[in-house]
Amino acid sequence: MTAAISFKGLSRHFGDVRAVDSVDLEIGAGEFFVLLGPSGSGKTTCLRLIAGFERPTAGRIWIFGEDATAAPPYRRPVNTVFQDYALFPHLNVRDNVAYGLMVRGDAKAARRKSADEALALVALDGFGDRKPSELSGGQRQRVALARALVMQPKVLLLDEPLGALDLKLREQMQGELKTLQRQLGIAFVFVTHDQGEALSMGDRVAVFDKGRIQQVGSPEDVYDRPETPFVADFVGASNVLSADMVHDLVGRNAPASLRPEAIRIGFGPLAGVVHARAFLGSATRIEVDCDGQKLKVLIPKGGEVPQMGDSVTLGWSEGALHIMDSANG
Amino acid sequence: MNSKASLGLKIAAIGGLLFLHLPILLIFVYAFTTEDKSYQWPPPGLTFQWFEVTWNRPDVWQALGLSLRVACVSTLIALVLGTLCAAAVARSRFFGREAISLLVILPIALPGIITGISLRSAFNIADIPFSTWTIILGHATFCIVVVYNNAAARFRRTSASLIEASMDLGATYWQTLRFVIMPNIATALLAGGMLAFALSFDEVIVTTFTAGQQQTLPIWMLEELVRPRQRPVTNVVAMVVVLVTFLPILAAYYLTRGTDTVAGQGK
Repeated sequence: MTAAISFKGLSRHFGDVRAVDSVDLEIGAGEFFVLLGPSGSGKTTCLRLIAGFERPTAGRIWIFGEDATAAPPYRRPVNTVFQDYALFPHLNVRDNVAYGLMVRGDAKAARRKSADEALALVALDGFGDRKPSELSGGQRQRVALARALVMQPKVLLLDEPLGALDLKLREQMQGELKTLQRQLGIAFVFVTHDQGEALSMGDRVAVFDKGRIQQVGSPEDVYDRPETPFVADFVGASNVLSADMVHDLVGRNAPASLRPEAIRIGFGPLAGVVHARAFLGSATRIEVDCDGQKLKVLIPKGGEVPQMGDSVTLGWSEGALHIMDSANG
Repeated sequence: MNSKASLGLKIAAIGGLLFLHLPILLIFVYAFTTEDKSYQWPPPGLTFQWFEVTWNRPDVWQALGLSLRVACVSTLIALVLGTLCAAAVARSRFFGREAISLLVILPIALPGIITGISLRSAFNIADIPFSTWTIILGHATFCIVVVYNNAAARFRRTSASLIEASMDLGATYWQTLRFVIMPNIATALLAGGMLAFALSFDEVIVTTFTAGQQQTLPIWMLEELVRPRQRPVTNVVAMVVVLVTFLPILAAYYLTRGTDTVAGQGK
């Protein structure tokens, strides 16, 4: 089966800045694929390369096996939901949704019908005559979604679409997007800097840093088995143990990831002093200084929380310490 | 805070408005006076005869025709060049971008007399004879500025992703221009164009340096004032000028008012 999107040695440089630096990537048809990374890591540039808003400095892109490296945005079977929604302010909601159909030359009645169907799909029936300025952020988001979906793209690109929504709405939209993607069976490429969002939504996640992909894998892969210290730290804020420390502990010379929630206080190979405490609601996070290496420890509610300055011993169950052999950093 | 204005403030405001607008009313009144050698107050009598006299004066029609031609063509030039320039400065990053923005705005900051002298000497050096076109070129220098400013402000408020969204949905460059860009900047262009028209229509200083023997309407009026014959004709023409320049400015004001929410609706 051909991949929906395929990158080979793809780069996009802005002057000296390597926004995307020789990336190889394959995104399957019907996959919910998340591009995760901090701002400036190249994830949005990657999305814009797929959409055609950016031309690669080097490398090639294939969309369903067809070379799309030089194709303009309007000749690609993909559609985008923009971060700022980019609804046309001079058109009402229905004409916004029907815009692509109008440009394509569909008859007025047909595009009206399709637009209303698309609006129904995102639960905005009856909003067709309103102006975008009369809608709330969440509603504009849905209009942007309907406008992209009405074109029946083979791949839907979403550029941090939930960033501007409040927490509750964001969680609701996460669920709806996931359901929608399964219903439609098309590939979603979803850009986010929120690791929680990435883990809960993605079939697969690509973690970006400095224009390069650090790791591609299932959410479980990147969370439980990070391949590089960056992934360990960025996804779930894991403790990254230095190679020296790992050598002392288990005799292997490579850095390792140790999840804060996997550490138990009481008995174990490490000792240190508590030097920071933060109450997070459902848990308390303490930071323990073990001879210069600072380790975050998450203590669930109800657990005994040591005081600042207390000496503690840290342990963990076997398998919690993930050694990052492939890491070179 | 007390939202009601005090009596003193009200009187001051009314006084200020009278000071600004009474002279204009006076010009209107003198258009109907029976005395044609000097402006005498109060007018010895009122008459409509000057409208007829004005109507039958070929020099008035000539000056009016020239002024309209110049204003129309320089506005048109300003619309094309000003919009393109604003689009370039707003949409792309290139070396010298800020400098170009400043250079475009400079003609309106420069005293008209400098613009006039420099254009005149430039025309002399290039051996270009004075004609309608030299007037138009002179006017275009400052007309471009108002169009540029209006268009640039609108481009700034229009989200760049609108253009990308349009192309993403299958529109070519031309379709995007027609269906997205033009509707979003149309009122700004109309407002800029009307202001440019009004500026050109009553321009005197640059015109005196670039006109040669031809007279635009404001120059004709200036000449007419020093001649003691049929003075109220000038007042009749002045009334027409006020209407021709005031209406577009008023329209421009209403067109751009309340459009803050039109462009660049994002978050």
